[in-house]
Amino acid sequence: MLSVLALTSVVLLSLASQITAIVVYTSWEKHALVGSDVRLSCSFFSWHWTSPDVTFSWQYRPDGAKEGISIFHYGGGVAYVDNKGPFRDRLEFVGNPSRRDGSILIKELDFSDNGTFTCDAKNPPDIVGHSSSVRLLVFEKVPVQAGVVTGAIIGVVLGLLILIVAIYYLMRFLVARRVFSLSMSKHGKKGKGKEGTQQKQIPKVPPVFISF
Amino acid sequence: MLAILVATIVLHLTDLTILFISTCANAWRTHGESSYDLWYDCTQSNGGYRCLWTSDADWLQAVQALMVLATIFCLLSFIIFLCQLFTLVKGGRFFFTAVFQVLASLFVMSGAIIYTVMSPEWKKESDVYGYAFVLAWLAFPLTLISGIIYIVLRKKK
Repeated sequence: MLSVLALTSVVLLSLASQITAIVVYTSWEKHALVGSDVRLSCSFFSWHWTSPDVTFSWQYRPDGAKEGISIFHYGGGVAYVDNKGPFRDRLEFVGNPSRRDGSILIKELDFSDNGTFTCDAKNPPDIVGHSSSVRLLVFEKVPVQAGVVTGAIIGVVLGLLILIVAIYYLMRFLVARRVFSLSMSKHGKKGKGKEGTQQKQIPKVPPVFISF
Repeated sequence: MLAILVATIVLHLTDLTILFISTCANAWRTHGESSYDLWYDCTQSNGGYRCLWTSDADWLQAVQALMVLATIFCLLSFIIFLCQLFTLVKGGRFFFTAVFQVLASLFVMSGAIIYTVMSPEWKKESDVYGYAFVLAWLAFPLTLISGIIYIVLRKKK
């Protein structure tokens, strides 16, 4: 019984590795300040073990250009960085291929580096799959993302509100238990008179009047 | 004295409606068919709308937050008013309702002031202020009056 189970799982796994392709992961977008360094990460998922012949290649397509140029290739255990193109002397390989990490580091960014970087990874025999792209945006000043300030202000104010209400009820609870003997324990806070017995109100609308 | 109660509730609900419309409608600045702020920059062209998100400016996000908070506090004060109506001791004041309502009016005042001060730099000459901006400025005195009414209001013995 167990051997049948083992056999079916092996067959299924080998079938699965035929069906599924290699999946490459990068970030969606990267924001960086001009003059700074940026790390573009690339990883992949594959059903096969990481082969010693794993390859990573990075392509760069500037904003508005139709074609991309190759800027990095890792294959056969050796990393080849750009030595002729726009990134010569600025590109560094900081990945770990045996850990499926093909990240590169670009130093001293400039506004001309805006564009799309495409990572393509191959893990023989798993070579069929889509590549993945990350957009690089270079800013003079990193803008606050939309909604961060809004959410922060709303969150802080509502948090303070909840905190104040919680502290108020805690104080009322402690005063009622005579842990603190404050002189205001007799009347409680103005307006919210729930101390002692709570009179059961007849649920019809009670009248109000204005008085000073 | 039922008339005073009804009038107070009607005023509060009017405030709530005005705040909701002012916060949610995207018409703080208009120019013909285009409407800008608080959330989108929308232009109408070729029979359809083209909307982009508004800019990431810090002050605009602060105005968004303050308007949302004012609406939330006005709603909370209405709920608290209904609670206090049935649970307050006779002769007591609607203190918590007043506090929330006054806070709501302060928030909407701050939001309207920030927008009034900062938007001329971004406004083109041909833009006019839209109805949502007017409603925001209207909401401030109405909520303040409503809050003051709750301070002086007393539950009948």
